Amino acid sequence: MNIDSIKDGFVIDHITAGRAMRIYELLELSKLDVPVAIITNAGSKKMGKKDIIKIDGDVPLNLEVIGYADPKVTVNIIKDGKLTEKLTIPMPEILTNVIFCKNPRCITSVEQEINHIFKLTDKEENVYRCIYCESKADL
Amino acid sequence: MKSLIDILDFTVEEIDELLSVANDIIANPVKYSEICHGKKLATLFFEPSTRTRLSFEAAMYELGGNVLGFSSANSSSSSKGESVADTAKMVSCYADIIAMRHPKEGAPLVAAMNASIPVINAGDGGHNHPTQTLTDLLTINREKGRFENLNIGFCGDLKFGRTVHSLINAMSRYKGNTIYLVSPTELKLPDYVKKDVLDKKNIKYVETQSLDEVMPELDILYMTRVQRERFFNEEEYLRLKDRYILVPEKLDSAKEDLIIMHPLPRVNEISVAVDEDSRACYFRQALYGKYIRMALILKLLKEAGTI
Repeated sequence: MNIDSIKDGFVIDHITAGRAMRIYELLELSKLDVPVAIITNAGSKKMGKKDIIKIDGDVPLNLEVIGYADPKVTVNIIKDGKLTEKLTIPMPEILTNVIFCKNPRCITSVEQEINHIFKLTDKEENVYRCIYCESKADL
Repeated sequence: MKSLIDILDFTVEEIDELLSVANDIIANPVKYSEICHGKKLATLFFEPSTRTRLSFEAAMYELGGNVLGFSSANSSSSSKGESVADTAKMVSCYADIIAMRHPKEGAPLVAAMNASIPVINAGDGGHNHPTQTLTDLLTINREKGRFENLNIGFCGDLKFGRTVHSLINAMSRYKGNTIYLVSPTELKLPDYVKKDVLDKKNIKYVETQSLDEVMPELDILYMTRVQRERFFNEEEYLRLKDRYILVPEKLDSAKEDLIIMHPLPRVNEISVAVDEDSRACYFRQALYGKYIRMALILKLLKEAGTI
C-alpha cells in the first residue's frame, strides 16, 4: 500500500492498534480540508501491530488530547519534507471539553453551560475522572 | 476562597482542629453565642432535607448569626431555569456563607467555583456529604475517644450510601482499623472505593452478607437506610429495603461498648426498641452534627476574613 510522503504536516506514529479512529475523533480530523490517511494494523517491531495517522498539511492541532487517548504515541512534525521534531505527548492533568461526562446524575447532565472538566487521578492506570461527580472517563 | 465540597478538602490536622473547636463549643457554648452576630448563612436546599437544614440553621443561630434561604427547588429561581452558577453569584451578594444541597452530583462544586463566599456541600445526590462525615467523626471522637484500632461495621446500602463512602475515606487515613462491609450483593460497596481507598491504603476489610456473623467483633456499627430516591427501579428498592433490620436480640452478641450509629432518617432498619439501649447513639450523633457545623461555619468565615 502506498501513501505519498508528506511535505508539511504530521505523522502520528506508534498508536496502539485499534485506537486510531478514537484519536481521529478527538483531534476532530474530519473537520480538516487536507488529506488524512489512517493506517491500521501496520507491522511494528516494537509493538507487533500499530496504527498510524498521516496528516498532509500544516494545520493547528490540539495535540494534548493524544496524551489522554494514548500516551505511547509519537508525533513527528514534518516541514519541507524533513522530520523537524519528534514529540511524545504527556498525559494532560486536566481535560476541558474534550470528553464529556455521561453520568445522568452529574450536574453537567442538566446544565449545558458548564465546562466538562476531567482530571487525571491515576497516572499508572490512565484514569481520568469528572471533577464534579468523579465518574471515570471511558477511553 | 476555602470551601468544603469533599471531606478530603480538609487535612487530618484541619479535621482535628474542627473537632477540638466543636468540643470547646460543647464545653463553653456561651463563649461562641455572639461570634457571628450580623452574619448570614444562606441555606440553598434544592432537595428537601429536614435534618441537615435544621442542623445548619440551629448552628448559625447558636453562633448569633442569621439564616436565609429556601428548602426546595420549587421555591427557588431554579424553577425558572436559573443555573447553579448564577444562583451562587447572586447569593454571594446577600449572604456571608452558603450551605447547599442539590440532587445533582457536583452542583456545590459549581457553586464554589462561582461564588465569592465560602460554600459548604450539604449533600450532592449520592455523591458527597462531608458535614455528615464530620458529624460521624465527632461522634466517634466523643464516644470512642480514638480513630485508630477500631472494628467498624457498615450495614445496609453500601452502594449508594454516600455517608458510608465518605466515612470509609476519612477513616482510611487512620491506622489499625478493620472495616466490615455487610450488605446484599446488589448493594455492595463499589469496586472503585475498594480499589482506590481500601486497597490503596492497605486497610483490612471483610465483606459479608451476615450481620450476626460479624456483630461480636464490632466497636462501631454504622447502619444505613436503603434510599428509595437512589433507585431508578422501584421493584428493586422494594426487594432490598427490609434486608437488615436491627432488633434488640441481634445485639446480644455485641460488645458492651459498641456504638450504633445512623445518619438518620431511619425508616425501619433500626427497631424503635433499640433506642432504649445505651449503645444506640444516633440521636446524640444528630446533636453532634450541630456542634461540628458550628465549628465549620466558624472556620470558613475566619478563613474568608469575614469574622
